[in-house]
Amino acid sequence: MRELDVKNKAATRQDNNSPKPGYKDQADPHAYLEQLDRVDPEEARQWLNVGVDITGQNRSGTFIQKDCSVLHSGCGSGDVEIMGISQALQTHDWLKDYMWRLVSPEKDEYTRMTRDIPHEGYFIRSLPGAQVAEPVQSCLYISEEGLSQHVHNVVIAEENSSIHIITGCATAEHLRSGLHVGVSEFYVKKNATLHFTMIHRWGEQIEVRPRTGIHVEEGGTVVSNYVSLRPVGSLQMNPVTYLAGKDAVARFNSILVAPPGCELDTGSTVILEHPGARAEIISRAITTGGTIIARGEMDARAEGVKGHLECKGLILKEGIMHAIPELVGRVPGVDMSHEAAVGKIDQREIEYLMARGLDEETAVSTIVRGFLNVDIEGLPPGLAEEIDQVVSETQHDAL
Amino acid sequence: MLKIEDLVVEVEGHTILNRINLEIPEGETHILFGPNGSGKSTLMMTIMGFSGYRVTSGHIWFKGEDITRMPIHERARLGIGVAFQRPPAINGLKTRDVVSLCAGQKSTNVEELAQKANFVDFLDRDLNLNFSGGEMKRSEMLQLLAQSPDLVLLDEPESGVDLENVVLLGEIINELLGRGVRQREKESAIAHRSKKSKSALVITHTGHILNYITADKGHVLYNGVLCCARNAREILQWIREYGYEECFRCAS
Ligand SMILES: Nc1ncnc2c1ncn2[C@@H]1O[C@H](COP(=O)(O)OP(=O)(O)OP(=O)(O)O)[C@@H](O)[C@H]1O
Ligand SMILES: [Mg+2]
Repeated sequence: MRELDVKNKAATRQDNNSPKPGYKDQADPHAYLEQLDRVDPEEARQWLNVGVDITGQNRSGTFIQKDCSVLHSGCGSGDVEIMGISQALQTHDWLKDYMWRLVSPEKDEYTRMTRDIPHEGYFIRSLPGAQVAEPVQSCLYISEEGLSQHVHNVVIAEENSSIHIITGCATAEHLRSGLHVGVSEFYVKKNATLHFTMIHRWGEQIEVRPRTGIHVEEGGTVVSNYVSLRPVGSLQMNPVTYLAGKDAVARFNSILVAPPGCELDTGSTVILEHPGARAEIISRAITTGGTIIARGEMDARAEGVKGHLECKGLILKEGIMHAIPELVGRVPGVDMSHEAAVGKIDQREIEYLMARGLDEETAVSTIVRGFLNVDIEGLPPGLAEEIDQVVSETQHDAL
Repeated sequence: MLKIEDLVVEVEGHTILNRINLEIPEGETHILFGPNGSGKSTLMMTIMGFSGYRVTSGHIWFKGEDITRMPIHERARLGIGVAFQRPPAINGLKTRDVVSLCAGQKSTNVEELAQKANFVDFLDRDLNLNFSGGEMKRSEMLQLLAQSPDLVLLDEPESGVDLENVVLLGEIINELLGRGVRQREKESAIAHRSKKSKSALVITHTGHILNYITADKGHVLYNGVLCCARNAREILQWIREYGYEECFRCAS
């Protein structure tokens, strides 16, 4: 087991450093659509699966990128700006100062690719004081076989504003191979709130490398939810959040399911730089044959900061779960804790529910659903059903 | 209703129950006494069919069916329900959802049942997670109310329950069994008589619960052996005055 772990870790590390060879870095352009009603229904369905609804119902704005082209961007609210990053750079002179500030272009081969061959990405900004009521949705979609897509996203929640963004990432159903690199830089200004929900539904062999930096000022809050329920070739990400002001708050939730052949190396790093900063990282992971590395790192650099890490993993049948919670305290007066657990479903819990009349299969899925239920606020409504669906499929694999 | 014949049960290779014979006819409530570790919970877990309780010989009959090897959920569906002594907590699973799952195909009003069990405020909490001892017992009773079994197995239902809630608990048990004065007030005498009565096996150390429910019979389990069967209050009196050991000696 130990040997397997080490071998696996080595494999992951190597994989993270460089992409598989043979991707193409350009795709045929797609024409911009003023209206989304002409979108291929099959594509619209894929987007809906990741929380992006072309009708724009209950949404303040929409951004859709297909391969390397911005397909659509628009918003129904004067409180928020949403557009492709190249258009945004033309619109706002100052925007260049926000690019590559939280993520270094020299970080790794993936960031270099994004600097050298950029393919758009989104710019979303809530204006000072704006309380954007409905979520803004954005979709990053790959339809071209073998494409290496490199997007650069910037989100700015201006002072005292509040905004919720749902980002859905997906590939066309038929797609076999591809690489997605997303460099994202989020700025949460004084007393602003950014609620960010990312749902991934990639193909079975897609490589995914998000590179994210988040900067939170005094009194600001970032809540980030990440959901990956479907097979993906390999995913590696570890967003770094700087709580760079008094009483800044970060909360990260993730729900991960790794079927056979799937490799998820996910985590979150939070640096608590100012007094009163608070952070919470919660992950719930299930493997049914894949590998999951669930990392969490908190670095407490000021007195009176508080952090809690919680990684819980279930191995149904087989697979590898590797929870790596790390806490660093550099001054006295910090309050940091972690809770990690890896295991299987407790037989007593199964039998307890069976004693209430549930058959074994229903008892297991009820427990698994509960396990994945981290009370995430603001998940798109279809997601609960998607989780149910995955749980019941997972079950057929596991029993 | 329930008939246990020459039952021998092993846990982790140790014989815990030895040649148990017990019969609970329809409509009767039996009380099970016995010192700590004598095997009372083991007997209930075995009747329900939990893994780890290995029946090495003997039989359990319920409603005329041999259920000795029957899966747990089939026993539950056949009409056996347990209130556990130490139920597990289940993360992320709302008590409300479990209560409706307990009802199975029957339609149920969770709020209404929860009011009866004084448990409305707990419906949106994770099942048994950080419940106090007494809350755990009420959660168990609420689930049984939804399940409405024909044979109720109650493992120390009143332990850790405060005085006011013991009264409530007594009412719930009577409702579960279709017995007691309150229950009779609600129904006409004819309806009451024609209704099938339910059976119960109740484990208690203190006997407090006997003030609220009508016991038809009591049994004493000592070192894995059922050694005495007679009036429950009489047994309680004996145990109070002479202790279990004396009770065992008298019987043998
Ligand atoms: N899973 C187990 N593994 C090992 N021993 C067990 C297990 N379950 C029960 N036992 C043992 O079997 C014996 C009977 O236990 P049981 O829980 O049935 O007692 P009880 O009569 O219910 O006691 P109490 O009044 O304390 O609840 C005890 O000695 C107990 O330690
Ligand atoms: Mg016991």
